[in-house]
Amino acid sequence: MNNSWIVLPILFQLVSAVVLLLTWGNIKIQKIVSILLSAIGLGIGIWLFLLIYNHGIQVTQSGNWPAPFGITFVADTFGSTMVLLASIAGFSVSIFAAGSMSRARLRFGFFPLLHFLIMGLQGAFLTGDIFNLYVWFEVIIISSFVLITIGGKKAQLEGAIKYVALNLLASIFFLIGIAFLYGLTGSLNMADLATKVQEIDNKGLINVTASLFLVAFGIKSAVFPLYFWLPASYHTPPAAVGAIFGGLLTKVGVYAMVRTFTLIFAGDVFLSLILSVMAALTILSGALGAMYHRHLGKIFGYLIICHIGFMMAGVGMMTELAIVGTVFYLVHDIIVKTNLFMVSGLILKINGTQDIKELGGMYKSKPLLSLLMAIPLFSLVGIPPLSGFWAKLFFIKGGLESKEYFLIAFIILGSFLTLWVIAKVWSEVFWKDAVNLPKKSKGIFFHELSSTGKWVLVLPVIFLSIISLYIGFGAEHIVSLSQRIASELMNPASYIETVLSQKTIEP
Amino acid sequence: MELLLIFIIGLLHAAGIYMLLRRSMFKMIIGLILLGNGVNLLIFLLGRLVKGKPPVIDEASKVFTEIYADPVPQALILTAIVIGFGLQSFAIILIKRVYKVLETDDLDDLNSTDEEI
Amino acid sequence: MKSIIFQTASKYLLPLLLLFSVFILLRGHYLPGGGFVGGLMAAIAFILYSFAFGLKETKSIVKLNPRYLMPVGLAVSILAAVSPWLVNLPVMTGLWYDEPLKLIGMVGSSLFFDIGVYLVVIGSTLTIMFSISETI
Repeated sequence: MNNSWIVLPILFQLVSAVVLLLTWGNIKIQKIVSILLSAIGLGIGIWLFLLIYNHGIQVTQSGNWPAPFGITFVADTFGSTMVLLASIAGFSVSIFAAGSMSRARLRFGFFPLLHFLIMGLQGAFLTGDIFNLYVWFEVIIISSFVLITIGGKKAQLEGAIKYVALNLLASIFFLIGIAFLYGLTGSLNMADLATKVQEIDNKGLINVTASLFLVAFGIKSAVFPLYFWLPASYHTPPAAVGAIFGGLLTKVGVYAMVRTFTLIFAGDVFLSLILSVMAALTILSGALGAMYHRHLGKIFGYLIICHIGFMMAGVGMMTELAIVGTVFYLVHDIIVKTNLFMVSGLILKINGTQDIKELGGMYKSKPLLSLLMAIPLFSLVGIPPLSGFWAKLFFIKGGLESKEYFLIAFIILGSFLTLWVIAKVWSEVFWKDAVNLPKKSKGIFFHELSSTGKWVLVLPVIFLSIISLYIGFGAEHIVSLSQRIASELMNPASYIETVLSQKTIEP
Repeated sequence: MELLLIFIIGLLHAAGIYMLLRRSMFKMIIGLILLGNGVNLLIFLLGRLVKGKPPVIDEASKVFTEIYADPVPQALILTAIVIGFGLQSFAIILIKRVYKVLETDDLDDLNSTDEEI
Repeated sequence: MKSIIFQTASKYLLPLLLLFSVFILLRGHYLPGGGFVGGLMAAIAFILYSFAFGLKETKSIVKLNPRYLMPVGLAVSILAAVSPWLVNLPVMTGLWYDEPLKLIGMVGSSLFFDIGVYLVVIGSTLTIMFSISETI
């Protein structure tokens, strides 16, 4: 189906960024405008999702150049679901940022950059061209560079150096991969590549190219041995930035991995072995790192790595059932991780510290808020019937089906260690008796805020908690959605057919 | 020409990686710039080098019959250069800020975010 | 640099370079050139001027804050990119006016896209240069 409106989510975020750039410096207006525009963006995300869900894959050829020559934008079920999730996360982060970020940071243009970042994400999810994917990745990283340094604290700058260097290196690897792919096939359109790569006899060259993509996406999505930039940098920026980073930036790497390894490099045995080993080690190292640390931001940072490992394991097994698990986990993880970083920001706002040894007594002083915070924490562990449980069920089923017993063992181990970490966080932060806190952090504390100020901080957490409860209790909808996505991914014939059959439109 | 390019690309990559492995922040950025240039040349080389055959069709014919220079790698390189320009100028400003705040150029002194628990 | 030769030269070079950057912008569709290169040239003209006369003087001739050129340029580009939607074509399709105009040549939506790029490049390059030289 040809529909030139599917680029609307990208363009709308760009327009929002432009509007916010024009109101530069006037923070009050920026806050309101950003929240309003991201609400409309969320509406557009829902519209696109429903359109794709009801009418199937939609394609547009930008510039009216027919398929393998121009840049194609494709909205399939996977892409449109990710667009919807990104708009949900963007909406809640924009509300949370309006309440939690200091004025000095907002004055440096936080809101326009947030919208540029989301534009990059939407573009990456909707593009059907591998070089265009690179361009969107660069849009994402350049906005994230500025967001991670915004405010310019000492720790932030230190973290930023590591983040910037490793991400630039990842872009270079990605570009080398694209150069090889273009040299081998003479095409950049992903659907066209899918057919052309299968025809190449020299499998060694394909493996080398695939490994380059693996390293590039591996750095972006923080898998073992390439994750060291993440725990060094993700806890340094303010919670609103951490939320959007933790929720979406590593997941876009996973998205790119799923997309390229199911479409272009499908059925590569060598690759899926490497992916499985990396996945197992990622789960283990992420979980061990989370057990060791005391700073909430760092614990959640390592948990991101651990759970990236789960999704990688699904990609490594490469069966339809395992991909269902990966997609389900992706949906669950984006919502929950965004929420968790906001929760950690809320805890910082209430208590002035994020060290779990110094925290305590939250359950006694703020019982309702604690119950609210329990939802993302225990969804993450996957206690049935909360959302994490169903995804893991599919991983295990998929693993049993393809006889990947050692991966199942690592997934179960990873889940246990996550449970251990979350139980520790729960007992230290919420159940332990309150310690007399040294007043460390400057700025306004939670109890000093007006009631609107409090609600602005709590509402996005409630919003995302309701969504993750829905994912848990309404799991059948998400499962049927994930099954549809997985069958589209594993049988890409209709995707290829839809993209390549589009001809030039006569005016 | 291909052979010459191969050696230049190899040299740029080797020099870039060598610079990346140094301890100085500034040399790390230089390394990344060299690597970026090496990759641009690699795209140029892998897009096949054709001398003096522009991709222009005669008015009479409808498709290419002869060999022609592929315009796509040039577009890719141009895009990569523009993106590289933005990223590198940001990275240079960043290391300047870091140098001002932390007063060191040594990457080994930048490990406080790793060491604290 | 307080050199009389350089200062006098850059005074005359500034309008010339700006004119040349517009020329490069306009020839960009079929010949080497375009918005990005043109914008860089215009920015270089101002940077050259700031070498000769200093930052303050340059800011006084630029008048408006170059930061605002970025959203304006982006807005022009977006409008040019989405204009094909009006006639039911995909985004970024080139819509052309049939007859070439005098001096400018063919006019179409890609020209306006390039003008937007031109403005964004001037804005961002000048912002970067001003903020770097302010802190040195």
